[in-house]
Amino acid sequence: MIEAFLFPVFRSATPLMLAAMGGLWCERSGVTQIALEGFMLIGAFFGAVVALGTGSAWLGFAGGIAAGMLFSMIYGVMVLHARANQIVAGMAMNFLAMGIPPVLSAFWYGSGGSTPMLPESARFEWFPIYFALAVVVVSALLYSKSRFGLRMRFAGEHPKALATSGVSVLLKRWQGVLISGACAAAAGAALSLCLASSYSRGMSAGRGYIALAAVILGKWRPVPTALACLLFGVAEAAQIRLQGVILWGSEAVPVQFIQMLPYIVTLVVLAGFVGRARAPEFLGQVE
Amino acid sequence: MTILGFRTASLGLLTLLFSFLAQGEGTGIKVALITDSAGKNDKSFNESAYRGLLRVEKELGAEIKVVEAPDNNAYETLLRSLSEKKYDLIISIGFLQRDAIRKVAPRFPNQKYALIDADAGLPNVKSVLFEEQEGSYLVGALAALHSKTGVVGFIGGMDVPLIRRFQMGYEAGAKQANPKVQVLSNYLGVTPEAWNNPPKAKELALDQIQRKADVIFVAAGNSGIGVFDAVEAKKVFAIGVDSNQNWIRPGRILTSMVKSVDNAVFEMAQALKAGTFQGGTSRFGLKNNGVSFAVDSFNKSLLSKEALKQTETFKAEIISGKRQVPDYYLKNGKS
Repeated sequence: MIEAFLFPVFRSATPLMLAAMGGLWCERSGVTQIALEGFMLIGAFFGAVVALGTGSAWLGFAGGIAAGMLFSMIYGVMVLHARANQIVAGMAMNFLAMGIPPVLSAFWYGSGGSTPMLPESARFEWFPIYFALAVVVVSALLYSKSRFGLRMRFAGEHPKALATSGVSVLLKRWQGVLISGACAAAAGAALSLCLASSYSRGMSAGRGYIALAAVILGKWRPVPTALACLLFGVAEAAQIRLQGVILWGSEAVPVQFIQMLPYIVTLVVLAGFVGRARAPEFLGQVE
Repeated sequence: MTILGFRTASLGLLTLLFSFLAQGEGTGIKVALITDSAGKNDKSFNESAYRGLLRVEKELGAEIKVVEAPDNNAYETLLRSLSEKKYDLIISIGFLQRDAIRKVAPRFPNQKYALIDADAGLPNVKSVLFEEQEGSYLVGALAALHSKTGVVGFIGGMDVPLIRRFQMGYEAGAKQANPKVQVLSNYLGVTPEAWNNPPKAKELALDQIQRKADVIFVAAGNSGIGVFDAVEAKKVFAIGVDSNQNWIRPGRILTSMVKSVDNAVFEMAQALKAGTFQGGTSRFGLKNNGVSFAVDSFNKSLLSKEALKQTETFKAEIISGKRQVPDYYLKNGKS
């Protein structure tokens, strides 16, 4: 039972939890974050590249995170200094992230957008899953029990009050952007170094957007967001398990229906039927 | 620079990124290839076409161009722009390009096109269809004959009629070889992302292995690698698809159901050069070596002699017409 259901749930939820924690901190600081998908691809690609080059999964994981943070700086400059529209800039980052791996892998490996296979010694069996859980715990503690968490929340809720108390709103937002780059890239590295055995093109396959949905479903709070990710993980595992299984009558359960469930829940929450999902007051506004 | 100017410039630069690759300078014919979003190095379907095109460049001295469609909305634009550039032949890879080609081809009646895996039904388009069910039938038989548990698996990429055709042939072949065999079938999804999701393919495979499957046939583009990872970890076997994939995990891939897209591409270019290229529909099956199963140094030791003999008998019977293989297209009225 544990191997058949619990493990798949946690494996599917790991990249979601990591990316969602990144998205949560970024949005809490007042910066809209729809580029998680792109950051994941960058983390997945550079994680695999560094792991291949060094033969170490640990260095690969760290390299992926570093690349994700560097990449997120482009977004930071665009939205925090050039004041680009955050939705448009976020989409641009996603497109840019799709283009970088094919170009570089053509140079380095002579292939159009995938890396060669990683040897087993340069892959993880479990580490990214524990890492994701640790990130959730740390985020939850920081969020409710630290000055850092309070200031990050104020940067998104009431930036003027934060500025009046002598704290730089810009600094907090930069921290939010960099955390999202690091976390989403770690999510990507978890994909290429643990859940698969190489980088292959587009391998994030929409997980960045699902993570964003989890942030909304979790009302921008760490523990509910992590639970939302687990819910998506459960839906994924159930969908795998129930494909082609006949529960009643003569027709198999349509898998598309099971896949839809988490999104329906998200919509219901957004519509305000189950409590209120309120975004940070100053989300997406740079003054 | 004003803030607005900087903003526009930075966004403009970012979105200006295309992965177009042009190769080769030669005389004679000019051939362009549009792959689907899995890309020319998917180690599978598209890569087979790409290999064929490289042969065209080398052996026929043609000028070639390969374009990878970033997503499904790009086909029409790519077809249109290539049609305006006067290529002698434009080859579209994959059934997903059917609608785009049906829109664009009538506007360029003198341009020659080829479409792999779907029937366009237009006079200036050569439609190339493979009898996937025949090859799948044979690897299904091989799977059942090598399974120790009596359970074999099938994992498809996107849930579309083409992949159902693989599944139906595979199941029929497995049941023919061992009537008691149980076949588990799963699909990755209903969107094109299904071709590019190895982690999910791995989960599906682990689930099937959990339910005692010990040979898994995967037809899922780039996602197939995830199944290979799973069979390697659990010490069972996989069957590759489209290209010969036996080398990817030596000793863990029982065989590959090969679709000779490379040969089809090469033959079309050859006909083009000789001036005999014509529109219409071509079918490639067991009969004309369009589909087959791969036996090479990587999997020779995995296959038993009796199983191979039995499978060769099936093959001969299918070719002679004595044995019928169920075809999903015919059963569901789609061509």
